[in-house]
Amino acid sequence: MAKLVKFNLDGREIEAPEGQLVIEAAKDVGIEVPHYCYHPGLGNPGVCRLCVCEVEGAPKPQMSCRTAVREGMKVRTDSPVARRAQAASLEFHLANHPLDCPVCDQAGECHLQDYYQGYGLYKSSVREDKRHKQKRKDIGRAVMLDQERCIQCTRCVRFTDEVSKTHELGVFGRGDRSVLDVYPGMRLDNPYSGNVVDICPVGALTDKDFRFSVRAWYLDKTPSLCTGCARVCSIEVHTNTRRPWHTDGRRVARYKPRYNTEVNRWWICDEGRYSYKSADSPTRLKASSTLGADGHAVQVAPADAAARLGSELGRHISERGADGFAFILSGTLSCEDLFAAKQLISRLGVPASNIVLAPAPEQLGEQDDILRRAEKVPNLYGATALGFDVSRSLDRLKAPLWGAWVVDREAPAAFKGLPFTVWQGPNAVRFTSEARWVLAASHTVEEKATYANFQGRLQRANRAVESLGESQPDWAWFGAVLRAMGGDFPHQCAGSVFKAMSAAEPAFHGLSFDLPAEGAPLVAAEEAVR
Amino acid sequence: MNPVLDKHRVKTVVRPEMRFQEQVYLIEVWKGLLITSRHFFVNLWRHCMKALGQDAAAASVTTQYPEDPQVTAHRSRTRHRLLKREDGTPRCVACMLCETVCPAKCIYIKAEESPDVMIEKRAKTFKIDLGMCVFCGYCVEACPEDAIRMDTQYIQFPGSTRADLIWDMPELMGDRPKIPSLTPSKDPLSRP
Repeated sequence: MAKLVKFNLDGREIEAPEGQLVIEAAKDVGIEVPHYCYHPGLGNPGVCRLCVCEVEGAPKPQMSCRTAVREGMKVRTDSPVARRAQAASLEFHLANHPLDCPVCDQAGECHLQDYYQGYGLYKSSVREDKRHKQKRKDIGRAVMLDQERCIQCTRCVRFTDEVSKTHELGVFGRGDRSVLDVYPGMRLDNPYSGNVVDICPVGALTDKDFRFSVRAWYLDKTPSLCTGCARVCSIEVHTNTRRPWHTDGRRVARYKPRYNTEVNRWWICDEGRYSYKSADSPTRLKASSTLGADGHAVQVAPADAAARLGSELGRHISERGADGFAFILSGTLSCEDLFAAKQLISRLGVPASNIVLAPAPEQLGEQDDILRRAEKVPNLYGATALGFDVSRSLDRLKAPLWGAWVVDREAPAAFKGLPFTVWQGPNAVRFTSEARWVLAASHTVEEKATYANFQGRLQRANRAVESLGESQPDWAWFGAVLRAMGGDFPHQCAGSVFKAMSAAEPAFHGLSFDLPAEGAPLVAAEEAVR
Repeated sequence: MNPVLDKHRVKTVVRPEMRFQEQVYLIEVWKGLLITSRHFFVNLWRHCMKALGQDAAAASVTTQYPEDPQVTAHRSRTRHRLLKREDGTPRCVACMLCETVCPAKCIYIKAEESPDVMIEKRAKTFKIDLGMCVFCGYCVEACPEDAIRMDTQYIQFPGSTRADLIWDMPELMGDRPKIPSLTPSKDPLSRP
């Protein structure tokens, strides 16, 4: 920890570590200095010249993103000199900017718009025609480039150089003829390409997937989690429910990364970014069903389903014994779901050797050293902490089985002929149509739930939209069946389940459901067992 | 005490006590009937005067629409029109400003990619539900492209269902006349 020094910022005496950038120290005390090129994750090249401030003793205004804090320094970010310098800088940025806000997707979340209102409001002295460059240039799988709108802040160039290390983007030419482009023969096709859209302060880089679908100001934002892999990145879920026609009825419009210093910092991968479609995909189950006498699925109301399923399961177990029943769980289940499942399992008396939680083959994928993890399920660590053995795979199951409860994954073909099968999950898979009982579960964006990522950090997802149709959270299904079989499961909300879990499970001791934004470390699973 | 109410000045309204005359009830009923009767005879007198060609006594005389044309203010705002560029394409770029500003939420736009790279974005569908519209004219003021305007005095957009009042893009642009369905649907309140 660097030495703390005192300095004066806008007439306020503040303390900051020596050597910290003035712009960062100002942000910490709630003073925003306008800036384009500076990004805490991408360095401070000082090319946009917008973050100028007045430093006493310096002959000219200084850039707050390249000035370090020192003892006794006097800085003003709002003096007439600083304000005039900021407005003049902004005028240069807008000299060649096309002002096509009506057709620009960034409008509403654009830093040019915000800063013009906040720091500009000048009458332009530019009388020359604007320079025209290429519009609508397809530069990659996910990103569309508009060279006219670009203000050459080079954030995206630095992203491809420093974070994704794929070096596709560059600024070519000089002066007002300089353009942002991909290097000849290259395309912006790296697995993290979507992030350049987020860091672009203007509308030069737009998301092809989101392009022209919803205006930014129609979106509701909910802090949540991406459950696409074991990293469990912090995200914001942007939903469009008030004007459904824009997204053809899809409620979730996009995922955006949310800063979390411990997990994903400012980024998410493209795989996670575009995984939002599963929440409104045609495979979503809206209601639960069971196979009728003629072999066709019959829809059943949730309360009815739990009661009938409970009595059927109870009858089977008393006739054939619990040793022939298996639980094929998935790492997509949250800690609350797994806690409820654990109670149901112990009530039924299913032996531990009949519980499978290892990732299914379709739940494994690519891994790199930036964010992505090979296990495409979020909560294997949480499962371990709750006492599940995540190493036991399907082929180590002890035969013969008479029934199985499969959650959110494919089941082997051999399960097809079993007399009693339950499939539970949000999105139908091939096995769903084979199961005797199908229970519709909520999607991650529809429930409050906690997940522990591969580092053991417990974070909470929030409900961005209501559960689709008659679907309900997985813990509610386990709990309802448990109640139907005479067990005790009094919880009506995820917070109540969490409270019971933190009391009962050593790994969760002392944690509250209201976790901080960056999550909290779970007591290490091994430690808890000890 | 309620902390929210404490912040505001609360004025307590005291209801007046009923006097003897009001408690008796019949007297007040007669007074009410007298008022109603007065209105009846005054209106009857004015209707008679109008029938005899004396229009001077302006009052709540029923306009015999559509036999008599409705007189609207000179600058009244009525149905919307979508304007076109010189080459015949719609001016609208689907910026959604009218949809955003609309207090009645009666504008439904869907955007798409325009084949012309300089225009970039255009409306795929543009619908206005005139049954919901409050004719405030905010959409006209919000439009950055002068793509939407409103007629004056044109008030003939009849319909026998609610769906008849939803005007689509060709109808708003004048490419296709809006023809209401002649047979009322079984459920006239339904929307498409």
